[in-house]
Amino acid sequence: MKQAHRNTIIKFENFSFKYRAQTKPTLRDINLEIHEGEKILIAGPSGCGKSTIAHCINGLITARYPGEISGRLTVGGVVPKEEGVFGMSRKVGTVLQDTDGQFIGLTVAEDLAFALENDRVPQEEMRQKVKEVAELVDMTEYLQHSPTALSGGQKQRVSIGGVLTDEVPILVFDEPLANLDPATGRYTMELIDEICKKRDITVVIIEHRLEDVLHRDVDRIVVMSEGRIVADMSPEELLSTEILNSVGVREPLYVSALKHAGANITPDCLPQHIQTMNVEPFREQLHHWYHSTAVEARAISPKPLLEVKNLSFAYDEEEPVLQDVSFTIHEGEMISLVGRNGAGKSTLASLICGFHKPVLGEICLEGEDMTPLSIKERGDKIGLVMQSPNQMISKPMVFEETALGLKVRGVAPEEIEERVNDTLKICGLYPMRNWPISALSFGQKKRVSIASILVMKPKVLILDEPTAGQDYRHYTEIMEFLKRLNQELGLTILMITHDMHLMLEYTDRAMVLADGKLLADDLPSKILTDEELAKKAYLKKTSLYDLAKKAGISDYSDFCQCFMQYERNQIRQKKGDV
Amino acid sequence: MNNRFDIKKVVATGIGAALFVVLTQVQIPTGIPNTSLQPRMAVLAFLSAVFGPWVGALVGFIGHALGDALFYGSVWWSWVFPEAVFGIGVGLFAKKYAVKEGGFDVKNIILFNVVQIIANAIAWIGVAPILDILVYAEPANKVFIQGAFAFVGDVLIVGILGSILLAVYSKVSGRSSSLKMED
Amino acid sequence: MSTLMSYTRKDTPVHRLSGFTKLVFFLLWCITSALTYDTRVLGVMLAISIILFRISKIQWQQIGVVVKVIAFFMILNVLAIFLLSPYQGCTIYQSRTVLFSGIPGHDVTAEELFYFLNMLMKYFIMAPAIFIFLVTTDPSEFAASLNMAGVPYTVGYAISIAIRYIPDIQDDYHKIKNAQEARGIEMSGKARLLQRITRIASILFPLLFSMMERIDVVSNAMELRGFGKHKKRTWYMAKKLTGADVTVLLSTLIFCILALFITFYDGNRFYNPFIG
Repeated sequence: MKQAHRNTIIKFENFSFKYRAQTKPTLRDINLEIHEGEKILIAGPSGCGKSTIAHCINGLITARYPGEISGRLTVGGVVPKEEGVFGMSRKVGTVLQDTDGQFIGLTVAEDLAFALENDRVPQEEMRQKVKEVAELVDMTEYLQHSPTALSGGQKQRVSIGGVLTDEVPILVFDEPLANLDPATGRYTMELIDEICKKRDITVVIIEHRLEDVLHRDVDRIVVMSEGRIVADMSPEELLSTEILNSVGVREPLYVSALKHAGANITPDCLPQHIQTMNVEPFREQLHHWYHSTAVEARAISPKPLLEVKNLSFAYDEEEPVLQDVSFTIHEGEMISLVGRNGAGKSTLASLICGFHKPVLGEICLEGEDMTPLSIKERGDKIGLVMQSPNQMISKPMVFEETALGLKVRGVAPEEIEERVNDTLKICGLYPMRNWPISALSFGQKKRVSIASILVMKPKVLILDEPTAGQDYRHYTEIMEFLKRLNQELGLTILMITHDMHLMLEYTDRAMVLADGKLLADDLPSKILTDEELAKKAYLKKTSLYDLAKKAGISDYSDFCQCFMQYERNQIRQKKGDV
Repeated sequence: MNNRFDIKKVVATGIGAALFVVLTQVQIPTGIPNTSLQPRMAVLAFLSAVFGPWVGALVGFIGHALGDALFYGSVWWSWVFPEAVFGIGVGLFAKKYAVKEGGFDVKNIILFNVVQIIANAIAWIGVAPILDILVYAEPANKVFIQGAFAFVGDVLIVGILGSILLAVYSKVSGRSSSLKMED
Repeated sequence: MSTLMSYTRKDTPVHRLSGFTKLVFFLLWCITSALTYDTRVLGVMLAISIILFRISKIQWQQIGVVVKVIAFFMILNVLAIFLLSPYQGCTIYQSRTVLFSGIPGHDVTAEELFYFLNMLMKYFIMAPAIFIFLVTTDPSEFAASLNMAGVPYTVGYAISIAIRYIPDIQDDYHKIKNAQEARGIEMSGKARLLQRITRIASILFPLLFSMMERIDVVSNAMELRGFGKHKKRTWYMAKKLTGADVTVLLSTLIFCILALFITFYDGNRFYNPFIG
């Protein structure tokens, strides 16, 4: 932990902010002091105002986002509103969530040099600084690479490097983990930690994936809800309270498990990391809870629906993307396909949908080989929902968008009306059927994109990263909705994801892809407690595994199952109460 | 640096030109030989109408030159310049269309179409054939017929697709106030 | 990226030249070849183009398709002119030498053929210049070169951004097209014109909306890193001019002035072998 008596570098005093286009303030009465060299996490659900805080610090508010400020904010001794974005860029480096949007240069070296170029730094000096920074973020080998040749994690390292060339005293990270797989996310947190120590920089991280951020120490966590700060304390203290749960930020899983077991966590058990936490006092409670929670087994129909046999694929011969992949999905299953970015997950989905032709192997639906079917014909049976609803939505109104697939298939207007209305009812969108899609929230848009596929009554629904970038509340909302579709309509669902929680909580079975090969096809709880496998596939084993191990519970997988069962029961109970 | 070309316009030009280039090979055949509708023209009209004449001119110029060079390995300058002229023409009235403010109503759709027809006429019946005659000494009847075909095609695609894109975008970005849940 | 031409890193005298030199050469070459119709000048320029082409060690595979595409356009163009204006050459050269007559009103004349020859030379002088420029100039250097040539850096950077995001947008385009096709919106296949247009619209909407979002993100990212802070900026990838650059620049300039002088010496841009 760092000393708290150092100088204040960021100070909010009775600070409020209202965007011009909105009627209510987004930030209310913010009082926050951040000291030099501190590492702060600002957490909270979507819409709580945490990103607005970042925009206030880097000057985008009010330069780009006009609105009214009351109260006072000073950053590094100046007022951001007066300094503007350029003035603030000398003090604050911002790493945005969208790694593709932030990567502006044509190559890694140019992107690292971007800020220096704008500051008219001479070429020689620029070369030197780029070299230094590239070493710092471990990208030296990639200086000549274009962004298309990099993974998400590498692009992010370039973004971090790009703001470090300026030697700013403050770094702000706006949801740095949103688009990364857990293993890469962990690496990012290590990198941030390292830089923080080497350069003595003040770091503000805005993120709702708390457990992943806490992979490395942070000094304080500021929790926000509805525009206000509701907590500002050390991680140890915060994890001993119920604040996170009450605002809708997910606690680390091991903390939740202990709380479910009735444990009274206190700061002196050091709950920040499971590795260093003292769980001895709760051992008995945990065992008791574990044995008293019954795990329901789910019966799976033995009827195979989608069979993938010896599938291989390559864009060019030297680099196979998929090698000899075989699996079967049964009717009514809800399955996840996991693996790090670039493991071949999306390619597999493209092959199933017929966007690409396999080099070898075949894909059968209900026993019938799909090779001769066109993309459109496959589309009648297999529905694909893309990651961002914005990639799919092409009509301005909810009803029109949902009806599109039926309309182009020449279905009679009366039938369209009926089917669309039914589908919208299932998706909870019926009351909004005459709304413009632009008026919907992101989660609702996502449901529209799902509805527009569901309406065609596919046999299998494939979803690409259904919860990417969603906070816990929206995540639960979308996943509960999918679970309902699965259970009530008996729809078979395949989800491509790198979210380990999703896989553990919502799927019956998980398939693990790494470097184009199918490494495992097993219960999620088994996969996430297999240390060997986690390493090979760059997965992150769940902290429940560590907890079980520490508490002397030998069946790790069963312990995970039990945890998930308990949580699911709770969610349902909550729903029942409402 | 002048304010007329701020960061947002720089980026709109770059990304708009990239989209224009990507759409180079997307063409809708009309049934008339060697004449197809170019959806990228609708995108150019869209960008000009939203961001103004500078962005329109540069997207047309950069997009056409880059697209020609990358896909066809040659640049037909006499057809690159008219593209920029068209972008300027449509963009001159950007403020009037009020696309972003949600004001792209029937009146503005008509205005947009009058402007695009004139701009297309200047570009394809005016600038392009004249450049062809000046540079390549091509016969007047040939280049004017060629220009006329391009004119008709572009007026059609911009009139239909361009108007649709703008109308929907305008509807979406304007704020909708009185939304009610229905049973 | 599935475009035909792209930069390949090699070490040849042409590759080593600064992008600025190649840009200036390219522009002067374009202007001169556009202005002149003098067969002798065109011949020399064509020869120089081909020699440079050789020096840059461009492989036939890199440009084979492109040459065929250009040839195809040229043939169409020539045919169109012959059909619509068979005596354009006669008008230009003010003489008429009928070689053989077949279709009435469309005699094949030596003047028309000579006119076509000149026109083809003009096109084929341009083509290698573009190949050389595209294949030997690092795109990263392009914006810097434009800026050196006096183009505002904002415009140069806009081109850089275009090159940067073409692959991303192409990828988006294919993804969206596939997803819409799976929903039943087919691009190919038979349909009425209006229907085809509305189908294209269903791909363009998602593309446009994500484009508008991207514009916001990228412009914020650039502003946060100080783009546009000063009237000038430096370039990481700019190449300093060497002796070779200066030599090439000067000789290109002298050549082009000379070429234009020869062309317009007799007050006419055409070289006329038919009369006197």
